[in-house]
Amino acid sequence: MSGLALRLDCPGERGFRLSLDTVLSDRGITAIYGPSGSGKSTLLDCIAGLRRPLPGSTVRFRDQRWQEDSAFVPPWQRRIAYVFQDARLFPHLDVAGNLDYARRRCRAPGSPTGAQVIDWLDLQDLLDRAPDTLSAGQGQRVAIARALLSAPRLLLLDEPLANLDHAASQQCLGCLQRLAGELELPMLYVSHAIEEVSQLADHIVLLEQGRVVGQGPLLELCSRLDTRLSSEEQAAAIARGTVRRHDPEFDLTEIDVAGHTLFVNRLVQAAGRPCRLRIPARDVSVCRQQPADSSILNILPVTLAGIGREDGARVMLRLALGSQFLLARITRKSAARLRLQVGDRLYAQIKSAALLMESIDRL
Amino acid sequence: MPLSAAELDAIYLTIVLATITTVLLLLLGTPLAWWLSRRRGTVPALVESVVALPLILPPTVMGFYLLLMLAPDTAVGRLWQQVTGTQLAFSFSALVIGSVAYSLPFVVQPLQSAFQRIPEGLLQAAATLGAGPLDQFRSVALPLARRSFLTAASLGFAHTVGEFGVVLMIGGNIPGETRVVSIALYDLVESLRFAEAHRLAAGLVLFSLVLLFLLYRGDPRHNWRVRA
Repeated sequence: MSGLALRLDCPGERGFRLSLDTVLSDRGITAIYGPSGSGKSTLLDCIAGLRRPLPGSTVRFRDQRWQEDSAFVPPWQRRIAYVFQDARLFPHLDVAGNLDYARRRCRAPGSPTGAQVIDWLDLQDLLDRAPDTLSAGQGQRVAIARALLSAPRLLLLDEPLANLDHAASQQCLGCLQRLAGELELPMLYVSHAIEEVSQLADHIVLLEQGRVVGQGPLLELCSRLDTRLSSEEQAAAIARGTVRRHDPEFDLTEIDVAGHTLFVNRLVQAAGRPCRLRIPARDVSVCRQQPADSSILNILPVTLAGIGREDGARVMLRLALGSQFLLARITRKSAARLRLQVGDRLYAQIKSAALLMESIDRL
Repeated sequence: MPLSAAELDAIYLTIVLATITTVLLLLLGTPLAWWLSRRRGTVPALVESVVALPLILPPTVMGFYLLLMLAPDTAVGRLWQQVTGTQLAFSFSALVIGSVAYSLPFVVQPLQSAFQRIPEGLLQAAATLGAGPLDQFRSVALPLARRSFLTAASLGFAHTVGEFGVVLMIGGNIPGETRVVSIALYDLVESLRFAEAHRLAAGLVLFSLVLLFLLYRGDPRHNWRVRA
Protein backbone atom coordinates (compact mmCIF):
# COMPACT_ATOMS: atom_id res chain seq x y z
CA MET A 1 0.00 0.00 0.00
CA SER A 2 1.24 3.46 -0.72
CA GLY A 3 0.16 6.96 0.14
CA LEU A 4 -1.18 8.57 3.24
CA ALA A 5 -4.80 7.49 3.62
CA LEU A 6 -6.86 9.82 5.76
CA ARG A 7 -10.40 9.69 6.97
CA LEU A 8 -10.66 12.43 9.53
CA ASP A 9 -13.38 13.98 11.57
CA CYS A 10 -11.97 16.46 14.03
CA PRO A 11 -13.90 19.26 15.70
CA GLY A 12 -12.04 22.47 16.46
CA GLU A 13 -12.88 25.78 18.05
CA ARG A 14 -15.97 27.87 17.30
CA GLY A 15 -17.90 25.24 15.37
CA PHE A 16 -15.00 24.46 13.05
CA ARG A 17 -14.81 20.88 11.87
CA LEU A 18 -12.10 19.19 9.83
CA SER A 19 -13.80 16.54 7.79
CA LEU A 20 -12.09 14.76 4.94
CA ASP A 21 -11.62 11.39 3.30
CA THR A 22 -8.71 11.29 0.90
CA VAL A 23 -5.37 9.75 0.03
CA LEU A 24 -2.33 12.01 -0.14
CA SER A 25 0.77 11.20 -2.11
CA ASP A 26 3.70 9.76 -0.19
CA ARG A 27 6.23 10.95 -2.75
CA GLY A 28 7.69 14.39 -3.30
CA ILE A 29 6.32 17.55 -1.73
CA THR A 30 2.59 17.89 -1.21
CA ALA A 31 1.41 21.41 -0.46
CA ILE A 32 -1.62 21.88 1.74
CA TYR A 33 -2.94 25.21 0.63
CA GLY A 34 -5.83 27.24 1.95
CA PRO A 35 -6.75 30.45 3.75
CA SER A 36 -6.06 30.74 7.47
CA GLY A 37 -8.68 28.92 9.48
CA SER A 38 -9.20 26.30 6.78
CA GLY A 39 -7.83 23.54 8.99
CA LYS A 40 -4.33 23.15 7.58
CA SER A 41 -2.55 22.94 10.93
CA THR A 42 -5.29 20.78 12.43
CA LEU A 43 -4.74 18.37 9.55
CA LEU A 44 -0.99 18.20 10.22
CA ASP A 45 -1.60 17.72 13.96
CA CYS A 46 -3.93 14.80 13.24
CA ILE A 47 -1.33 13.22 10.96
CA ALA A 48 1.39 13.74 13.58
CA GLY A 49 -0.79 12.35 16.36
CA LEU A 50 -0.58 15.58 18.38
CA ARG A 51 -4.33 15.88 18.09
CA ARG A 52 -6.71 12.99 18.26
CA PRO A 53 -9.62 13.09 15.81
CA LEU A 54 -12.96 11.53 16.69
CA PRO A 55 -13.38 7.74 16.84
CA GLY A 56 -13.99 6.31 13.40
CA SER A 57 -11.16 8.37 11.94
CA THR A 58 -8.31 6.56 10.29
CA VAL A 59 -4.76 7.58 9.49
CA ARG A 60 -2.69 5.10 7.51
CA PHE A 61 0.78 5.76 6.17
CA ARG A 62 1.80 3.14 3.62
CA ASP A 63 1.29 -0.18 5.41
CA GLN A 64 1.16 1.32 8.90
CA ARG A 65 -1.99 2.03 10.81
CA TRP A 66 -1.39 5.15 12.85
CA GLN A 67 -5.00 5.43 13.84
CA GLU A 68 -7.76 2.98 13.18
CA ASP A 69 -10.63 1.80 15.38
CA SER A 70 -9.23 1.82 18.89
CA ALA A 71 -5.60 1.71 17.77
CA PHE A 72 -3.67 4.95 18.16
CA VAL A 73 0.07 5.20 17.60
CA PRO A 74 1.45 8.10 19.67
CA PRO A 75 3.52 10.77 17.86
CA TRP A 76 6.84 9.51 19.23
CA GLN A 77 6.30 6.14 17.57
CA ARG A 78 5.20 7.42 14.16
CA ARG A 79 8.68 8.28 12.91
CA ILE A 80 7.51 11.58 11.57
CA ALA A 81 9.22 14.91 12.04
CA TYR A 82 7.47 18.23 12.33
CA VAL A 83 8.86 21.68 11.51
CA PHE A 84 6.68 24.22 13.27
CA GLN A 85 6.06 27.82 12.28
CA ASP A 86 7.83 28.89 15.49
CA ALA A 87 10.94 26.70 15.26
CA ARG A 88 10.45 25.36 18.83
CA LEU A 89 14.13 24.83 19.49
CA PHE A 90 14.90 23.70 23.02
CA PRO A 91 16.03 26.84 24.86
CA HIS A 92 18.22 24.94 27.33
CA LEU A 93 20.35 23.45 24.56
CA ASP A 94 22.58 25.17 22.02
CA VAL A 95 22.28 24.44 18.29
CA ALA A 96 24.54 21.38 18.48
CA GLY A 97 22.56 20.18 21.49
CA ASN A 98 19.29 20.54 19.62
CA LEU A 99 20.69 18.51 16.73
CA ASP A 100 22.04 15.90 19.14
CA TYR A 101 18.64 15.63 20.77
CA ALA A 102 17.21 14.37 17.49
CA ARG A 103 20.25 12.25 16.65
CA ARG A 104 20.14 10.41 19.99
CA ARG A 105 16.50 9.50 19.42
CA CYS A 106 17.04 8.71 15.75
CA ARG A 107 15.30 5.55 14.72
CA ALA A 108 17.52 4.74 11.75
CA PRO A 109 21.00 5.96 12.66
CA GLY A 110 23.30 7.28 10.01
CA SER A 111 20.83 8.52 7.43
CA PRO A 112 21.40 11.33 6.85
CA THR A 113 24.55 11.99 8.87
CA GLY A 114 25.02 15.03 11.07
CA ALA A 115 27.78 16.34 8.85
CA GLN A 116 25.56 16.11 5.76
CA VAL A 117 22.68 17.92 7.38
CA ILE A 118 24.91 20.65 8.81
CA ASP A 119 26.35 21.13 5.34
CA TRP A 120 22.98 21.15 3.54
CA LEU A 121 21.52 23.74 5.86
CA ASP A 122 24.73 25.71 6.27
CA LEU A 123 24.87 25.49 10.05
CA GLN A 124 28.62 25.12 10.52
CA ASP A 125 29.02 28.54 12.14
CA LEU A 126 25.95 28.30 14.34
CA LEU A 127 26.66 25.10 16.26
CA ASP A 128 27.61 26.68 19.57
CA ARG A 129 24.96 29.39 19.45
CA ALA A 130 22.00 29.52 21.81
CA PRO A 131 18.56 29.43 20.14
CA ASP A 132 17.59 32.88 21.44
CA THR A 133 20.55 34.43 19.63
CA LEU A 134 19.52 33.11 16.21
CA SER A 135 17.58 35.03 13.60
CA ALA A 136 14.22 33.61 12.54
CA GLY A 137 15.74 32.18 9.36
CA GLN A 138 18.67 30.59 11.16
CA GLY A 139 16.34 29.12 13.77
CA GLN A 140 14.15 27.59 11.10
CA ARG A 141 17.16 26.06 9.36
CA VAL A 142 18.20 24.48 12.67
CA ALA A 143 14.64 23.20 13.14
CA ILE A 144 14.71 21.61 9.68
CA ALA A 145 18.10 20.04 10.38
CA ARG A 146 16.88 18.72 13.72
CA ALA A 147 13.83 17.23 12.03
CA LEU A 148 15.95 15.49 9.38
CA LEU A 149 18.34 14.02 11.95
CA SER A 150 15.52 12.10 13.56
CA ALA A 151 15.38 10.08 10.31
CA PRO A 152 11.67 10.56 9.69
CA ARG A 153 9.65 8.69 7.09
CA LEU A 154 7.42 11.71 6.61
CA LEU A 155 8.28 15.37 7.16
CA LEU A 156 5.52 17.77 8.15
CA LEU A 157 6.12 21.49 7.70
CA ASP A 158 3.66 24.04 9.07
CA GLU A 159 4.23 27.40 7.36
CA PRO A 160 7.94 27.24 8.16
CA LEU A 161 8.66 30.46 6.28
CA ALA A 162 5.82 32.57 7.66
CA ASN A 163 8.00 34.55 10.09
CA LEU A 164 10.96 34.94 7.75
CA ASP A 165 11.98 37.93 5.64
CA HIS A 166 12.25 37.49 1.89
CA ALA A 167 15.96 36.67 1.73
CA ALA A 168 15.78 34.16 4.57
CA SER A 169 12.71 32.49 3.15
CA GLN A 170 14.35 32.18 -0.28
CA GLN A 171 17.36 30.55 1.37
CA CYS A 172 15.13 28.12 3.27
CA LEU A 173 13.14 27.33 0.12
CA GLY A 174 16.39 26.57 -1.67
CA CYS A 175 17.40 24.23 1.15
CA LEU A 176 14.07 22.41 1.12
CA GLN A 177 14.22 22.04 -2.62
CA ARG A 178 17.71 20.57 -2.43
CA LEU A 179 16.60 18.20 0.32
CA ALA A 180 13.64 16.97 -1.66
CA GLY A 181 16.10 16.10 -4.42
CA GLU A 182 18.70 14.48 -2.13
CA LEU A 183 16.40 12.47 0.13
CA GLU A 184 13.54 10.25 -0.72
CA LEU A 185 11.55 11.91 2.00
CA PRO A 186 7.90 12.75 1.41
CA MET A 187 6.93 16.15 2.77
CA LEU A 188 3.62 17.76 3.59
CA TYR A 189 4.00 21.49 3.34
CA VAL A 190 1.31 23.71 4.82
CA SER A 191 1.19 27.22 3.42
CA HIS A 192 -1.10 30.04 2.47
CA ALA A 193 1.53 31.66 0.24
CA ILE A 194 1.02 30.55 -3.35
CA GLU A 195 4.54 31.69 -4.34
CA GLU A 196 6.14 29.19 -1.95
CA VAL A 197 3.79 26.48 -3.08
CA SER A 198 4.44 27.17 -6.77
CA GLN A 199 8.14 26.96 -6.23
CA LEU A 200 8.25 23.86 -4.12
CA ALA A 201 5.30 21.55 -4.47
CA ASP A 202 4.71 18.56 -6.69
CA HIS A 203 1.14 18.05 -5.52
CA ILE A 204 -1.33 20.42 -4.03
CA VAL A 205 -4.32 19.88 -1.77
CA LEU A 206 -6.80 22.75 -1.59
CA LEU A 207 -8.41 23.06 1.81
CA GLU A 208 -11.38 25.25 2.59
CA GLN A 209 -13.38 25.30 5.83
CA GLY A 210 -12.06 21.93 6.87
CA ARG A 211 -12.78 20.22 3.55
CA VAL A 212 -10.68 19.19 0.57
CA VAL A 213 -11.98 21.17 -2.41
CA GLY A 214 -9.39 19.99 -4.91
CA GLN A 215 -6.18 18.04 -5.15
CA GLY A 216 -3.76 16.81 -7.76
CA PRO A 217 -0.44 17.57 -9.43
CA LEU A 218 0.40 21.25 -8.87
CA LEU A 219 1.03 22.13 -12.52
CA GLU A 220 -2.27 20.65 -13.55
CA LEU A 221 -4.31 22.17 -10.75
CA CYS A 222 -2.87 25.65 -11.15
CA SER A 223 -4.14 25.97 -14.69
CA ARG A 224 -7.58 24.49 -14.14
CA LEU A 225 -10.57 26.78 -14.34
CA ASP A 226 -12.71 24.96 -11.80
CA THR A 227 -10.64 25.45 -8.65
CA ARG A 228 -10.32 28.38 -6.33
CA LEU A 229 -6.74 28.91 -7.51
CA SER A 230 -7.84 30.34 -10.86
CA SER A 231 -10.28 32.77 -9.28
CA GLU A 232 -7.64 34.27 -6.98
CA GLU A 233 -6.36 37.71 -7.90
CA GLN A 234 -2.80 36.43 -8.29
CA ALA A 235 -3.83 33.36 -10.30
CA ALA A 236 -0.95 32.09 -12.35
CA ALA A 237 -0.06 29.07 -14.41
CA ILE A 238 3.17 27.26 -13.80
CA ALA A 239 5.10 26.10 -16.84
CA ARG A 240 7.92 23.63 -16.89
CA GLY A 241 10.93 24.43 -19.01
CA THR A 242 14.62 24.01 -19.60
CA VAL A 243 17.25 26.73 -19.57
CA ARG A 244 18.51 26.93 -23.16
CA ARG A 245 21.08 29.69 -23.23
CA HIS A 246 21.96 33.08 -21.84
CA ASP A 247 22.04 36.21 -23.95
CA PRO A 248 24.62 38.51 -22.37
CA GLU A 249 23.98 41.32 -24.86
CA PHE A 250 20.39 41.93 -23.71
CA ASP A 251 20.69 40.36 -20.27
CA LEU A 252 18.10 37.71 -21.04
CA THR A 253 17.87 33.99 -20.71
CA GLU A 254 16.10 31.76 -23.19
CA ILE A 255 13.93 29.05 -21.77
CA ASP A 256 12.52 26.18 -23.73
CA VAL A 257 8.88 25.52 -22.87
CA ALA A 258 7.19 22.78 -24.88
CA GLY A 259 9.45 23.45 -27.85
CA HIS A 260 8.88 27.20 -27.79
CA THR A 261 11.23 29.86 -26.58
CA LEU A 262 10.49 32.20 -23.70
CA PHE A 263 12.73 35.08 -22.71
CA VAL A 264 13.14 35.97 -19.05
CA ASN A 265 15.53 38.21 -17.17
CA ARG A 266 18.99 36.75 -17.15
CA LEU A 267 19.47 33.93 -14.67
CA VAL A 268 22.34 32.23 -13.00
CA GLN A 269 21.20 28.70 -13.76
CA ALA A 270 23.36 26.73 -16.15
CA ALA A 271 22.06 25.81 -19.57
CA GLY A 272 20.27 22.49 -19.68
CA ARG A 273 18.82 22.77 -16.16
CA PRO A 274 15.11 22.25 -15.68
CA CYS A 275 13.15 25.13 -14.21
CA ARG A 276 9.67 26.35 -13.42
CA LEU A 277 8.13 29.55 -14.66
CA ARG A 278 5.25 31.24 -12.95
CA ILE A 279 3.13 33.10 -15.49
CA PRO A 280 0.46 35.35 -13.90
CA ALA A 281 -2.88 35.24 -15.69
CA ARG A 282 -3.19 39.04 -15.65
CA ASP A 283 0.06 39.35 -17.65
CA VAL A 284 -1.18 37.20 -20.51
CA SER A 285 -3.31 38.56 -23.36
CA VAL A 286 -4.46 36.86 -26.58
CA CYS A 287 -4.89 37.83 -30.24
CA ARG A 288 -6.04 35.99 -33.33
CA GLN A 289 -3.20 37.14 -35.61
CA GLN A 290 0.47 36.91 -34.75
CA PRO A 291 1.40 40.50 -33.87
CA ALA A 292 4.21 41.72 -36.08
CA ASP A 293 5.62 44.75 -34.30
CA SER A 294 4.91 44.17 -30.63
CA SER A 295 7.23 45.22 -27.82
CA ILE A 296 6.28 42.00 -26.11
CA LEU A 297 8.97 39.39 -26.64
CA ASN A 298 7.09 36.30 -25.64
CA ILE A 299 4.40 35.47 -28.16
CA LEU A 300 3.40 31.83 -28.30
CA PRO A 301 0.93 29.94 -30.49
CA VAL A 302 -1.71 28.34 -28.26
CA THR A 303 -5.08 26.64 -28.50
CA LEU A 304 -8.02 27.89 -26.45
CA ALA A 305 -8.78 24.94 -24.17
CA GLY A 306 -11.44 26.45 -21.94
CA ILE A 307 -13.31 29.58 -20.97
CA GLY A 308 -13.90 30.08 -17.27
CA ARG A 309 -16.74 31.54 -15.30
CA GLU A 310 -17.32 35.23 -15.87
CA ASP A 311 -16.37 37.41 -12.95
CA GLY A 312 -17.57 41.00 -13.23
CA ALA A 313 -15.86 42.53 -16.22
CA ARG A 314 -13.36 39.74 -16.56
CA VAL A 315 -13.12 36.18 -17.74
CA MET A 316 -10.39 33.56 -17.42
CA LEU A 317 -9.08 31.62 -20.43
CA ARG A 318 -7.19 28.36 -20.38
CA LEU A 319 -4.66 28.07 -23.17
CA ALA A 320 -2.94 24.86 -24.27
CA LEU A 321 0.73 25.10 -25.13
CA GLY A 322 1.77 21.60 -26.16
CA SER A 323 0.92 19.44 -23.17
CA GLN A 324 1.09 22.42 -20.78
CA PHE A 325 -1.43 25.13 -20.02
CA LEU A 326 -1.40 28.87 -19.48
CA LEU A 327 -4.05 31.10 -17.97
CA ALA A 328 -5.07 34.46 -19.38
CA ARG A 329 -7.40 36.89 -17.66
CA ILE A 330 -9.02 39.22 -20.19
CA THR A 331 -12.08 41.44 -20.18
CA ARG A 332 -15.47 40.00 -21.04
CA LYS A 333 -15.75 42.67 -23.68
CA SER A 334 -12.58 41.47 -25.47
CA ALA A 335 -13.78 37.88 -25.29
CA ALA A 336 -17.06 38.90 -26.97
CA ARG A 337 -15.30 41.03 -29.59
CA LEU A 338 -12.92 38.21 -30.52
CA ARG A 339 -15.85 35.73 -30.54
CA LEU A 340 -13.68 33.24 -28.68
CA GLN A 341 -14.61 29.56 -28.99
CA VAL A 342 -12.93 26.59 -27.40
CA GLY A 343 -10.53 25.08 -29.94
CA ASP A 344 -9.59 28.43 -31.50
CA ARG A 345 -5.95 28.89 -32.46
CA LEU A 346 -4.63 32.03 -30.80
CA TYR A 347 -1.42 33.80 -29.93
CA ALA A 348 -0.68 34.40 -26.29
CA GLN A 349 1.35 37.50 -25.46
CA ILE A 350 3.16 37.10 -22.17
CA LYS A 351 4.18 40.36 -20.61
CA SER A 352 6.16 38.87 -17.77
CA ALA A 353 7.20 35.50 -16.57
CA ALA A 354 8.84 35.05 -13.24
CA LEU A 355 11.26 32.27 -13.01
CA LEU A 356 10.86 30.22 -9.92
CA MET A 357 13.92 28.46 -8.75
CA GLU A 358 15.61 25.75 -10.56
CA SER A 359 13.41 22.80 -10.06
CA ILE A 360 14.37 19.21 -10.19
CA ASP A 361 11.53 17.12 -11.38
CA ARG A 362 11.34 14.51 -8.78
CA LEU A 363 8.43 12.42 -9.94
CA MET B 1 30.28 30.16 75.33
CA PRO B 2 30.25 26.98 73.24
CA LEU B 3 27.00 25.24 72.40
CA SER B 4 25.89 22.66 74.93
CA ALA B 5 25.58 18.99 74.04
CA ALA B 6 21.79 19.28 74.20
CA GLU B 7 21.79 22.21 71.78
CA LEU B 8 24.15 20.42 69.39
CA ASP B 9 21.88 17.38 69.56
CA ALA B 10 18.88 19.52 68.66
CA ILE B 11 20.71 21.17 65.75
CA TYR B 12 21.94 17.83 64.44
CA LEU B 13 18.47 16.31 64.71
CA THR B 14 16.95 19.31 62.92
CA ILE B 15 19.39 19.02 60.02
CA VAL B 16 18.81 15.27 59.66
CA LEU B 17 15.04 15.76 59.79
CA ALA B 18 15.09 18.59 57.24
CA THR B 19 17.39 16.65 54.88
CA ILE B 20 15.32 13.47 54.92
CA THR B 21 12.11 15.48 54.59
CA THR B 22 13.49 17.46 51.63
CA VAL B 23 14.57 14.33 49.78
CA LEU B 24 11.15 12.72 50.33
CA LEU B 25 9.40 15.95 49.32
CA LEU B 26 11.29 16.12 46.03
CA LEU B 27 10.57 12.47 45.26
CA LEU B 28 6.90 12.90 46.05
CA GLY B 29 6.40 16.50 44.95
CA THR B 30 7.98 16.29 41.48
CA PRO B 31 5.54 13.82 39.92
CA LEU B 32 2.67 15.45 41.79
CA ALA B 33 3.61 18.93 40.53
CA TRP B 34 4.03 17.59 36.97
CA TRP B 35 0.63 15.94 37.09
CA LEU B 36 -1.01 19.09 38.49
CA SER B 37 0.69 21.27 35.86
CA ARG B 38 -0.71 19.25 32.93
CA ARG B 39 -4.26 18.63 34.13
CA ARG B 40 -7.41 20.69 34.48
CA GLY B 41 -10.59 19.62 36.22
CA THR B 42 -12.24 18.83 39.51
CA VAL B 43 -9.92 16.11 40.77
CA PRO B 44 -6.69 18.06 40.18
CA ALA B 45 -8.26 21.15 41.75
CA LEU B 46 -9.21 19.12 44.82
CA VAL B 47 -5.72 17.62 45.08
CA GLU B 48 -4.21 21.09 44.68
CA SER B 49 -6.40 22.39 47.52
CA VAL B 50 -5.40 19.56 49.84
CA VAL B 51 -1.73 20.16 49.06
CA ALA B 52 -2.16 23.87 49.85
CA LEU B 53 -4.01 23.32 53.16
CA PRO B 54 -0.91 23.57 55.39
CA LEU B 55 -0.39 27.12 54.10
CA ILE B 56 -3.47 28.37 55.91
CA LEU B 57 -4.27 25.82 58.64
CA PRO B 58 -2.79 26.36 62.11
CA PRO B 59 -0.01 23.77 62.47
CA THR B 60 -1.70 22.51 65.64
CA VAL B 61 -4.75 21.45 63.61
CA MET B 62 -2.58 19.43 61.25
CA GLY B 63 -0.60 18.06 64.16
CA PHE B 64 -3.77 17.05 65.99
CA TYR B 65 -5.16 15.07 63.06
CA LEU B 66 -1.79 13.53 62.27
CA LEU B 67 -1.52 12.45 65.90
CA LEU B 68 -4.93 10.81 65.73
CA MET B 69 -3.96 9.12 62.48
CA LEU B 70 -0.61 7.80 63.71
CA ALA B 71 -1.77 6.65 67.14
CA PRO B 72 -1.06 2.98 68.00
CA ASP B 73 -4.74 1.99 67.82
CA THR B 74 -5.27 3.19 64.21
CA ALA B 75 -4.69 1.17 61.04
CA VAL B 76 -1.57 3.16 60.19
CA GLY B 77 -0.22 2.90 63.74
CA ARG B 78 -0.88 -0.84 63.94
CA LEU B 79 0.71 -1.53 60.56
CA TRP B 80 3.77 0.46 61.59
CA GLN B 81 3.98 -1.44 64.87
CA GLN B 82 3.79 -4.78 63.02
CA VAL B 83 6.41 -3.89 60.43
CA THR B 84 8.95 -2.07 62.61
CA GLY B 85 8.10 -3.24 66.11
CA THR B 86 8.13 0.33 67.39
CA GLN B 87 5.47 2.91 68.12
CA LEU B 88 4.91 5.55 65.42
CA ALA B 89 3.53 8.48 67.42
CA PHE B 90 6.16 10.53 69.27
CA SER B 91 8.95 9.04 67.13
CA PHE B 92 11.38 10.54 64.66
CA SER B 93 9.50 8.78 61.83
CA ALA B 94 6.30 10.54 62.86
CA LEU B 95 8.17 13.84 62.64
CA VAL B 96 9.27 12.99 59.09
CA ILE B 97 5.69 12.15 58.08
CA GLY B 98 4.38 15.34 59.66
CA SER B 99 7.10 17.49 58.10
CA VAL B 100 6.47 16.07 54.64
CA ALA B 101 2.75 16.84 54.89
CA TYR B 102 3.38 20.27 56.36
CA SER B 103 6.04 21.41 53.86
CA LEU B 104 4.49 19.82 50.75
CA PRO B 105 3.04 23.06 49.30
CA PHE B 106 6.44 24.76 49.58
CA VAL B 107 7.89 22.16 47.21
CA VAL B 108 4.91 21.46 44.96
CA GLN B 109 3.96 25.06 44.21
CA PRO B 110 7.28 26.34 42.82
CA LEU B 111 7.70 23.15 40.78
CA GLN B 112 4.14 23.29 39.49
CA SER B 113 4.44 26.88 38.34
CA ALA B 114 7.79 26.12 36.70
CA PHE B 115 6.28 23.17 34.85
CA GLN B 116 3.32 25.28 33.81
CA ARG B 117 5.67 27.82 32.23
CA ILE B 118 7.10 25.16 29.92
CA PRO B 119 5.36 25.64 26.56
CA GLU B 120 3.34 22.66 25.41
CA GLY B 121 4.89 23.25 21.98
CA LEU B 122 8.34 22.22 23.19
CA LEU B 123 6.97 18.93 24.51
CA GLN B 124 5.18 18.40 21.20
CA ALA B 125 8.44 19.06 19.34
CA ALA B 126 10.16 16.49 21.57
CA ALA B 127 7.35 13.99 20.92
CA THR B 128 7.66 14.32 17.14
CA LEU B 129 11.42 13.74 17.46
CA GLY B 130 10.73 10.40 19.09
CA ALA B 131 10.67 11.24 22.81
CA GLY B 132 8.04 9.40 24.86
CA PRO B 133 6.34 11.05 27.86
CA LEU B 134 9.02 10.08 30.40
CA ASP B 135 11.76 11.13 28.00
CA GLN B 136 10.00 14.46 27.36
CA PHE B 137 9.82 15.06 31.09
CA ARG B 138 13.45 14.12 31.70
CA SER B 139 14.99 15.84 28.69
CA VAL B 140 12.85 18.99 28.39
CA ALA B 141 10.80 19.67 31.52
CA LEU B 142 13.45 18.85 34.15
CA PRO B 143 16.27 20.94 32.65
CA LEU B 144 13.95 23.89 32.02
CA ALA B 145 12.64 23.75 35.59
CA ARG B 146 16.13 23.21 37.02
CA ARG B 147 16.26 26.42 38.97
CA SER B 148 12.87 25.83 40.54
CA PHE B 149 14.15 22.58 42.03
CA LEU B 150 16.70 24.63 43.94
CA THR B 151 13.95 26.96 45.11
CA ALA B 152 11.65 24.08 46.03
CA ALA B 153 14.36 22.18 47.92
CA SER B 154 15.50 25.29 49.80
CA LEU B 155 11.98 26.31 50.79
CA GLY B 156 11.12 22.75 51.81
CA PHE B 157 14.29 22.50 53.90
CA ALA B 158 13.93 25.92 55.52
CA HIS B 159 10.27 25.44 56.28
CA THR B 160 10.96 22.09 57.92
CA VAL B 161 13.69 23.67 60.06
CA GLY B 162 11.22 26.36 61.08
CA GLU B 163 8.24 24.20 62.01
CA PHE B 164 7.03 24.05 65.58
CA GLY B 165 3.35 23.29 66.05
CA VAL B 166 3.22 20.00 64.14
CA VAL B 167 6.40 18.76 65.83
CA LEU B 168 5.06 19.59 69.26
CA MET B 169 1.79 17.77 68.60
CA ILE B 170 3.10 14.55 67.08
CA GLY B 171 6.72 14.41 68.25
CA GLY B 172 6.71 15.82 71.74
CA ASN B 173 10.04 16.73 73.23
CA ILE B 174 12.29 13.68 73.41
CA PRO B 175 16.00 14.61 73.34
CA GLY B 176 17.84 12.99 70.42
CA GLU B 177 14.58 11.66 68.97
CA THR B 178 12.12 14.51 68.46
CA ARG B 179 13.66 17.52 70.21
CA VAL B 180 14.45 19.81 67.28
CA VAL B 181 15.83 23.37 67.45
CA SER B 182 12.48 25.14 67.57
CA ILE B 183 11.36 22.95 70.51
CA ALA B 184 14.70 23.38 72.28
CA LEU B 185 14.28 27.14 71.89
CA TYR B 186 10.81 26.96 73.43
CA ASP B 187 12.25 25.01 76.38
CA LEU B 188 14.99 27.58 76.94
CA VAL B 189 12.50 30.46 76.95
CA GLU B 190 10.20 28.55 79.32
CA SER B 191 13.07 28.17 81.75
CA LEU B 192 14.10 31.84 81.25
CA ARG B 193 17.54 30.98 79.78
CA PHE B 194 17.45 33.95 77.39
CA ALA B 195 21.15 34.05 76.50
CA GLU B 196 21.06 30.51 75.12
CA ALA B 197 17.65 31.15 73.59
CA HIS B 198 19.15 34.11 71.75
CA ARG B 199 21.87 31.99 70.24
CA LEU B 200 19.43 29.48 68.78
CA ALA B 201 16.91 32.10 67.68
CA ALA B 202 19.53 34.34 66.04
CA GLY B 203 21.06 31.26 64.43
CA LEU B 204 17.69 30.37 62.85
CA VAL B 205 17.15 33.94 61.65
CA LEU B 206 20.62 34.07 60.11
CA PHE B 207 20.25 30.67 58.45
CA SER B 208 16.87 31.54 56.92
CA LEU B 209 18.02 34.97 55.78
CA VAL B 210 21.15 33.65 54.06
CA LEU B 211 19.17 30.91 52.32
CA LEU B 212 16.48 33.27 51.05
CA PHE B 213 19.07 35.84 49.98
CA LEU B 214 20.97 33.24 47.95
CA LEU B 215 17.73 32.15 46.33
CA TYR B 216 16.47 35.59 45.41
CA ARG B 217 19.85 36.85 44.21
CA GLY B 218 20.06 34.40 41.32
CA ASP B 219 18.36 35.78 38.24
CA PRO B 220 16.04 33.07 36.96
CA ARG B 221 16.64 34.04 33.35
CA HIS B 222 20.33 33.23 33.56
CA ASN B 223 19.80 29.76 34.83
CA TRP B 224 17.81 28.29 32.02
CA ARG B 225 20.57 27.18 29.74
CA VAL B 226 22.88 24.24 30.05
CA ARG B 227 25.54 23.94 27.41
CA ALA B 228 25.31 20.70 25.50
